[in-house]
Amino acid sequence: MSSRRPTPAAAPAGRTLSPREKYLPSVISVTSVVLVVLVVRRAVISAEQWPRIKAQFFNLDAMVDVFPDVLAGFGVNMSVWAVALVVIAIWALVLAVFRSLTGPWFAPLRVFSIVYIDLLRGLPSLLMVLLFGFGVPALQIPGLPRSSLFWGATAMVLSYSAYAAEVYRSGMDAVHDGQRAAAKALGLSQWQTLRYSIVPQAIRNVIPSLLNLAVALQKDVALLSVVGVRDAVREAQIYTARTFNYSSLIAAAVLFLAATIPMARLTDYVARKDRERRLQRTA
Amino acid sequence: MQQQRDRVTIDRVTKYYGEKLVLDDVSLSVAEHEVVCLIGASGSGKSTLLRCITDLVEFDAGRISLDGVSIHDESFGRNGLHKRVGIVFQAYNLFPHMKVVDNITLAPRKVHGIPREESEGRARELLALFGLDGYADSYPEQLSGGQQQRVAIVRALATNPEVLLLDEVTAALDPELIGGVLQVIKDLKGQGMTMLIVTHEMGFARDVSDRVCFLEGGRILEEAPPEKLFSAPEHPRTRQFLQRIIEAGRL
Ligand SMILES: Nc1ncnc2c1ncn2[C@@H]1O[C@H](COP(=O)(O)OP(=O)(O)OP(=O)(O)O)[C@@H](O)[C@H]1O
Ligand SMILES: [Mg+2]
Repeated sequence: MSSRRPTPAAAPAGRTLSPREKYLPSVISVTSVVLVVLVVRRAVISAEQWPRIKAQFFNLDAMVDVFPDVLAGFGVNMSVWAVALVVIAIWALVLAVFRSLTGPWFAPLRVFSIVYIDLLRGLPSLLMVLLFGFGVPALQIPGLPRSSLFWGATAMVLSYSAYAAEVYRSGMDAVHDGQRAAAKALGLSQWQTLRYSIVPQAIRNVIPSLLNLAVALQKDVALLSVVGVRDAVREAQIYTARTFNYSSLIAAAVLFLAATIPMARLTDYVARKDRERRLQRTA
Repeated sequence: MQQQRDRVTIDRVTKYYGEKLVLDDVSLSVAEHEVVCLIGASGSGKSTLLRCITDLVEFDAGRISLDGVSIHDESFGRNGLHKRVGIVFQAYNLFPHMKVVDNITLAPRKVHGIPREESEGRARELLALFGLDGYADSYPEQLSGGQQQRVAIVRALATNPEVLLLDEVTAALDPELIGGVLQVIKDLKGQGMTMLIVTHEMGFARDVSDRVCFLEGGRILEEAPPEKLFSAPEHPRTRQFLQRIIEAGRL
């Protein structure tokens, strides 16, 4: 209780930590985590309902059985995600630039951007997916694609672009006023100022936030399953409907986690690097 | 000295920020090859005046002209004024995401239409001239404050402006870095550059300027050649200001 635990930084210079001081904290952490896991596991397994739960949710045979279908569906998720990401990154930037333009001639673009962002941030993505994924194909307009995959993905892009545009805008606002003054004083036009000074700095500012949106989108692509797109969730549901076993959904869950957790870690890493860069600059 | 024609003419300019009067009926002109220094306490409106000349802020009354033509005249077009009048800011305002050479060549290439190779050649010449050879491919944050400020001056010079405005270009620098930057400006004077300089370095103002203006509360209280203004200031406020400066050990 009374033992001192100096952090390495607080230790006087030249003093080396004994092996005990060095490793004890990690040993304690690992042991306590393992202990808690064992206790919880025991409690779960000894529960009266566990065999039923296991058969319903964690049936390994069912998982193996459904895995190829779910994996194929997950491929759809990832492809939609990748394409949507690129389109969102561009379209949202266009919206943010529209919104930042000054001068009376640009008023229509500015108003368009404001209305667009207000509307699409206010609507649930699910509603948009239903509206576009079912609604537009039902119109049967000649010349337009009829696939609910296409229109569902479009709905996701439209919806997420509104958020991403706001992220870009905050990044542009964070660029110091002096940058605009310098660019104008050099004779750059409003467009050139954005292109060469404001937007590149804004993008750098917002990469961590955009990555966060990308992680959210990775999961939300599953919304497309409601309009019949055979993504991982849809495939799992089909299996569940056939066999009354939910293990297929757990299999899909594992796939989602395998994709989102590394993305989230990458985001943390980039955000940390970004913070360090800023600290360095202000120092 | 032979009387030169006026390049920049500020004629009874008044500016408010909201309710606050920042420039009060200011008149001042800078002739060809002339160096005019603006001195005055913090908040007296010095930066604002430079920003008015470069059309970075609007003013409420009066007129500013370059070679007799109002800076708001249509003949300047979108960037005609900025092609001819350069400004260096107190905080450098370099583009942090661009290499030094790109900072310098951006305006020559995009505004003046000079090919990349030619503008880079000139940028490197200027950098060498300002003791910065070897830094062309560095990023601003890798440079010391004094080096960044010299880059900012080079950037303003790269477009061959006819008039250069300098806003407290040494204010953010450590004392040992100030000398180098001031020397650069003295060299520019030697080459005949027309300059309007805001500065707190009174010794420098005395050496470099043809005329000194003392600004207070948005008004020019006194305007005189440096020998006169620094040794026998007429206005009591000027005397007070210089007294404080001497006490602070800056003259
Ligand atoms: N963007 C702004 N909005 C409102 N007020 C401003 C703005 N910029 C400057 N002011 C005010 O105008 C006055 C003059 O400011 P200015 O920056 O011209 O002073 P200065 O003489 O350059 O001072 P310093 O020596 O500190 O740079 C100050 O009172 C300041 O508070
Ligand atoms: Mg100032």
